[in-house]
Amino acid sequence: MRERLFSFLVVGALFGIMLTKSEVISWFRIQEMFRFQSFHMYGIIGLAVMTAAISLLTIKTFRIRSLHGEPIGLPTKVMGPVRPNHLLGGIAFGLGWALVGACPGPIYALIGNGVSVMIVALASAVAGAWTYGLLRPRLPH
Amino acid sequence: MRDFISNPWPWYVAGPLIGLIVPLLLLVGRKRFGISSSLQHACAATAPCGLDYFTYDWRREGTWLFVFVLGVLVGGFVAATAFADPDSYIKISDATRADLTALGLTDLAGLVPMEIFSWSGLLTLPGLAMVVGGSFLVGFGARYAGGCTSGHAITGLAELQIASLVAVIGFFIGGLCSTHVILPLLL
Repeated sequence: MRERLFSFLVVGALFGIMLTKSEVISWFRIQEMFRFQSFHMYGIIGLAVMTAAISLLTIKTFRIRSLHGEPIGLPTKVMGPVRPNHLLGGIAFGLGWALVGACPGPIYALIGNGVSVMIVALASAVAGAWTYGLLRPRLPH
Repeated sequence: MRDFISNPWPWYVAGPLIGLIVPLLLLVGRKRFGISSSLQHACAATAPCGLDYFTYDWRREGTWLFVFVLGVLVGGFVAATAFADPDSYIKISDATRADLTALGLTDLAGLVPMEIFSWSGLLTLPGLAMVVGGSFLVGFGARYAGGCTSGHAITGLAELQIASLVAVIGFFIGGLCSTHVILPLLL
């Protein structure tokens, strides 16, 4: 278990380096994206989706097992059918994304980059998630 | 080699590498890539307050993700120190630079506008709205939508899930509204 946790740490660190060096953690890049003034962000997300899709297809087709020899049971349609929460939650997320210029992954990476005020952003994002947990029974889903 | 890593990575290098995180997590530990769940696990671990949404075995569900996001933080630190960008400016387009200057931002150096994303900036209305308000909506919206950029825009789209496509359309409706309506009012 311990070595398995260590591998999550390593993959996370690789992801943190990628997020930083590709500049997607930059508030300026997010502004550029929402103003349609550069292909940078669209190129990254587009190629990331294509690479992930091909990888998933490969794992499925060749029934590739994990490094520990277990079958990778790919979850399908974990999001279920389209429901109002996908659009409404998505809009709330987008409103916030353009303001703070960072989604959850970049918030962690920015703290590592020394933008210390993002610790407040992380606490506030957790508070947002908690508020959702509180209001969940009353929100349309 | 070090120079190659230190300079900003072009989109056609960064995109495929980021996409490979999805199979890597499956191969290493059969985990589905998605980061905003860490916010839910953080609530479950610290303040479940009897709410259904936070009542589950967070150690079992969330430990791997806490370790992963700690890694993301460490990766950010490594990138900023060992592979620091020789240029202090993000090379955004001239059009964006002009737009942001017109909005009144004076310091376009660094990853984020420091006049807002600093401890003194936090005490201003734009700082409060953007840092505290923006990330509150990010946390709230991501859990309401069932995922964020990683879980919906990367993993969900790669799994060809329509619900994720709808969420991503929502991300853009909200983002365009904030960028073109709310930001000009704040700045």
